[in-house]
Amino acid sequence: MRPEVGALVAAAVIFVFFLAVAPAFRSADAFVTVLYQSSTIGIVAVGVGLLMIGGEFDLSAGVIVTSAGLVNSMFCWYFGINLWVGAILSLLFCLAVGFLNGYLVMRTGIPSFLITLGTFFVLQGANLGVTKLVTGSVSSTDVSRIDGYDSLGVIFASSFEIGSVVIWGTVVWWILFVAVATWILRRTRGGNWIYAVGGAADSARAVGVHVVRTKIGLFLAVSFLGWFVGMHNLYRFNTLQAGGGVGNEFLYIIAAVVGGTLLTGGFGNALGVAIGAFIFGMTSLGIVYAGWDPNWFRAFLGVMLLLAVLVNLYVRRLATREARA
Amino acid sequence: MIEMTGVGKSYGPIRALRDIDLRVNAGEVTCVLGDNGAGKSTLIKIMSGLHPHSSGVLKVDGRETVFTSPRQALDLGIATVYQDLAVVPLMEVWRNFFLGSELTGGRYPLAGLRIRDMRRIADEELRKMGITVADIDQPIGTLSGGQRQCVAIARAVYFGARVLILDEPTAALGVRQSGVVLRYVAAARDQGIGVVFITHNPHHAYLVGDHFVVLKLGAMVLDARRGTVTLERLTAEMAGGAELAELAEQLRRPA
Repeated sequence: MRPEVGALVAAAVIFVFFLAVAPAFRSADAFVTVLYQSSTIGIVAVGVGLLMIGGEFDLSAGVIVTSAGLVNSMFCWYFGINLWVGAILSLLFCLAVGFLNGYLVMRTGIPSFLITLGTFFVLQGANLGVTKLVTGSVSSTDVSRIDGYDSLGVIFASSFEIGSVVIWGTVVWWILFVAVATWILRRTRGGNWIYAVGGAADSARAVGVHVVRTKIGLFLAVSFLGWFVGMHNLYRFNTLQAGGGVGNEFLYIIAAVVGGTLLTGGFGNALGVAIGAFIFGMTSLGIVYAGWDPNWFRAFLGVMLLLAVLVNLYVRRLATREARA
Repeated sequence: MIEMTGVGKSYGPIRALRDIDLRVNAGEVTCVLGDNGAGKSTLIKIMSGLHPHSSGVLKVDGRETVFTSPRQALDLGIATVYQDLAVVPLMEVWRNFFLGSELTGGRYPLAGLRIRDMRRIADEELRKMGITVADIDQPIGTLSGGQRQCVAIARAVYFGARVLILDEPTAALGVRQSGVVLRYVAAARDQGIGVVFITHNPHHAYLVGDHFVVLKLGAMVLDARRGTVTLERLTAEMAGGAELAELAEQLRRPA
């Protein structure tokens, strides 16, 4: 039983549904917009999915995206230096947060849910507090006239045209990250270890798997991808709202679970998480295209999550049912 | 190959194990018997590297050692098969077989798994031990308890274990499946592997053992070679020995 089957069926049903009810949904333009919307959630969701397969959560994944952009933007604005320096500094900052998350979880044995809830609040508060101290308002200053803006923009926030439609680079990055994650999970030792530490950490440790290293690596991967999307947001919009990103951590988790990842770890794959993010993109825009009140989106997402959890539970039963010998 | 002299282990103020002398020789089965809480699991944890010992001397191949991780013990050829944490249920049989010792090709970081080789070898090795699984790609959680135990043993043997520590391999199994596992224990011994067989079943121990150690409340109460001890004696020691005789005296009922 492959984990993404349920999500694939759901995605097809939702796609056909919006094609039927929302005329504005039926264009190539709308489709690439959906892809873009999916990619902004999907990139971090890849990391969160891997982390959940490895048996852990990261609730700070939503706000760290905003923190990444803010560190880059305000550091360079305040000291008047090249944006590249700030981008690298911001990457180091995010990796440090990811390492701290992983280290504390492994060192204390406290569930990652609690540890990262802590970092979530710290970052959320610091985002607003530091931004107000530095700029005197709750948004960061415009970075478009600082050195390095153009070259960073090419990497993180460029777009290109195919025929009449404009495709954002993040879509390509998203596909690339999903491909790399798939390769890691299925075809490398690291991937084997991710499944093992999520499925049965004690068994894994007993046969020589480096449980601590594997899990900390996963937290680092989530922070890296969070940083990546943070860079995209900064170089696409030039300024950031310091309160942004809150709540997105749940979207990542929902994308992973809808994509067939088990909440308890040890099962799932990157393609499923990508389909989960695509379902998110389709519904968030489909509801708008259909002319409905966008508030319904959250209710719909909740229903999807519940259905996915039930399907996952059933799959897990199938997979672990002991044969009579 | 492993030699323990006066080994003990304390968890804070609690002494879980004291003054253990034990030798594990190649091609022999050393049975460690004991009731729940007798210190069997502590002994395994010391030998397999999960916990370091806190007193005494542990020698591997004549060299004094304190293990700080299971990896270290594994590298010296000491493999442990645990009763309940032997496998990762949701992973495929072949992935479980190679977990922690995966075959990779190419150069890091682009080293991919040699999936085809691993599947073939896992299938061959299991067949050699007489285990046939319908599909090497099925999650190992769908195998029976005895089969899972055997996969774990076959894995340890394949990866060149010189000492094989088996933690209650027959505890959760029926008579027939226990027989299957005991035959592998004998097969492993005949290949020259030093086996440490932990059990609370003296009948199973007596079937394959060369050397018997009985633990009680963290200390050794019996240390005997095969031939110097009978099954009755073992059973009696296990059941409580002198204590049991006393209890029988107290509870004696008129005939």
